[in-house]
Amino acid sequence: MGKYILKRVGQILVTLLIFQTLLFVILTALPGDVTNRMLTNPDIPPEVRERTRQALGLDDPVLIQYGRWLGNFLTGNLGVSYSEYPKPVIDILLERIPRTVVLFLTASIVQFVVGFTTGRALAWRRGGFFEYGSTVVGVTLYTVFTPWFGLMMIFIFGARLRWLPLGKFLDPVIWRNAEITGLADSASKGNYVFTRMLLTASIAVVLWLLLTIFTRNMSTRRRNRARLGGTFLILATAVGIWAASEIGYLAWDIVKHMILPVVTITLVGFAGTMLLTRQTMLETLREDYIQTARAKGLPEKVVRDKHAARNAMLPVFTGLIINLPGAISGGIITETIFSWPGMGITLLNATTSEDIPLVMGTLSFIGLLTLTAHLVADVTYAFLDPRIRY
Amino acid sequence: MNMTVQTSSVDTAPPLWQMRLKLALKNFKSGWAIFKENPIGIIGLVLIVFFALLAALHPILMATAWEPAVYDPITGYDFEILIHPSPPTWIPQPDNPMWEFSFRHVLGTDPLGRDVLSQLMFSTRSEFLLGVGAALVTVLIATTIGAVAAYYGGLVDMIFMRIADVVYMLPFIALLIVLSSLFDFELIHLALVYGVLAGFGGTTIVIKSQALTIKVKAYIEAARIAGGNDLHIIFTHLVPNLLPLSFLYMMFTVTGAIFSEAVLSFFGLLDIRMSWGLMIQTAQAAGYLLNSWKYWYLMFPSGVAITLLCAAFYLVGRALDEVVNPRLRKR
Repeated sequence: MGKYILKRVGQILVTLLIFQTLLFVILTALPGDVTNRMLTNPDIPPEVRERTRQALGLDDPVLIQYGRWLGNFLTGNLGVSYSEYPKPVIDILLERIPRTVVLFLTASIVQFVVGFTTGRALAWRRGGFFEYGSTVVGVTLYTVFTPWFGLMMIFIFGARLRWLPLGKFLDPVIWRNAEITGLADSASKGNYVFTRMLLTASIAVVLWLLLTIFTRNMSTRRRNRARLGGTFLILATAVGIWAASEIGYLAWDIVKHMILPVVTITLVGFAGTMLLTRQTMLETLREDYIQTARAKGLPEKVVRDKHAARNAMLPVFTGLIINLPGAISGGIITETIFSWPGMGITLLNATTSEDIPLVMGTLSFIGLLTLTAHLVADVTYAFLDPRIRY
Repeated sequence: MNMTVQTSSVDTAPPLWQMRLKLALKNFKSGWAIFKENPIGIIGLVLIVFFALLAALHPILMATAWEPAVYDPITGYDFEILIHPSPPTWIPQPDNPMWEFSFRHVLGTDPLGRDVLSQLMFSTRSEFLLGVGAALVTVLIATTIGAVAAYYGGLVDMIFMRIADVVYMLPFIALLIVLSSLFDFELIHLALVYGVLAGFGGTTIVIKSQALTIKVKAYIEAARIAGGNDLHIIFTHLVPNLLPLSFLYMMFTVTGAIFSEAVLSFFGLLDIRMSWGLMIQTAQAAGYLLNSWKYWYLMFPSGVAITLLCAAFYLVGRALDEVVNPRLRKR
């Protein structure tokens, strides 16, 4: 197990190196360099441009520049953003990465649970209008043009029904008057609240995992009761603490802004999981051990959830891993549509304003995010499938 | 004497190409019989034919019924209508005294006074060119590499498979966004870049694993014993047997390419004159999103067109999957 994880980490690191090399190639393939901008200003003498070139090391051989590029990436020195001038790129990214990760994680988990549950139900109740209807809806959602779908979601739920905000991360009107000691602008207030929300969520997840591990050896009925009660207790405590605190309404504002993007990513993504689950479930249901389980007189629900669904889960999980880059691309598009200030919109804004350090930094970190997600998914897969032990 | 017998036998047998054609026709017929049974594939095929007709009809209409000054998808303008965007002319407009029934603008006009249907039809052609172009590049690369890697194995295989691992983990859309904004991207460049990325990535892995199962077949061994060299075996025995699978993955590549083009032109990053993504972007940038109910003809047709064309190729791919993989067929 440990050996397998180590091997995967090694492969991921090599991939990261190749990805960084690719970015460097793109960067050097660009005609001209940073100092080209100085040519447009007649007040800047040519010597200054020469000096800047030397200071930045742009005249050095390509290999030395490449080494410097890799070293800078490892030490987190990604340069200074042009469009938000004195701010270092790494600071901008560190502020936005958690937002993307939260959106992506929430959407992925919701998507997997919804897709798996519906796919399981579909395979169980075959034929008729239900199956055809869900296949048609599924394929349509799977191939729907994400930007247009996002815009339609904004139009329906934001503009027509006015249930949810149109986009962005927080509502400036609420945040301007919010009192948080020591913080002036609403951006840092937002970060303050968001970090605490993240902390709460992480603690809740750890507690829930502990609960699952401790209740593993109980009898079925007691375990179900303990898990249900424990989950409810954790959720109630977390919500209670936030509701009681004076920044609770600010957190609710952020959550409200998150609902629409998460729903959009879920709707676009869950169909793939659903169709795949249905297919693998149908194959699993033909197996002999399903017939044995039924012959033993087990209730249908147990046969479905314990004998069929658990075995059908593995290929679905593989499909999830294969679709990871697609999911991250979908996330980038959705973020941009909803003006969610994460990596996606940072990338797009940086590219349109030709802020090259920020572009390269964002792309590096999107690559890093994809690779990390891959690694996590692979390790989870190895845990799920006892046959993988190499 | 021996010689004459041989020549006469060659004379009576039909030429090789004719036999191959017959075989191919037979294969096609049996494949079509399986494909026909699946309503999903037929729906996809009907949709593709519909869009192909749209694309083919545009130049004909422009040459005959449509006035270029009014109906040009990029520079056209209708002076006879006072307010643009205007709704479809066949829908009654109670509040407009000027309204009379006609098919002048079947899908209305956009904020710049251009005919929406003309734009839609004009874009269809470039979508097809892009999709098929990217798919051809992908299939060419993936089939060649898959066959070569499976046939030689060893170091060649390892190098190409590592490349495939890397390429397939790349964040496609993010990379395309950066490339298209840093360099001048036209449709042909996008088709090439997408085709190369998809060709070196996931498709290669699938095709190689198929090639591995063909490589161990007896007729490959027989060809080698008969003295065929490596290139001959790869291109006349291995590749033709991979083509059905390649064709299947072509369908999925088309979906991906059309989707990426639409995303990039929606973000305004492509150097392109007119496309479905651009139509949505124009409407959104001009501020018609929050009034989509009234101005449905601005965003709805193009959004639905992208979705339907992507779905069509995807559905055909799913149905072809059943033809290529006997395991998936109904028993």
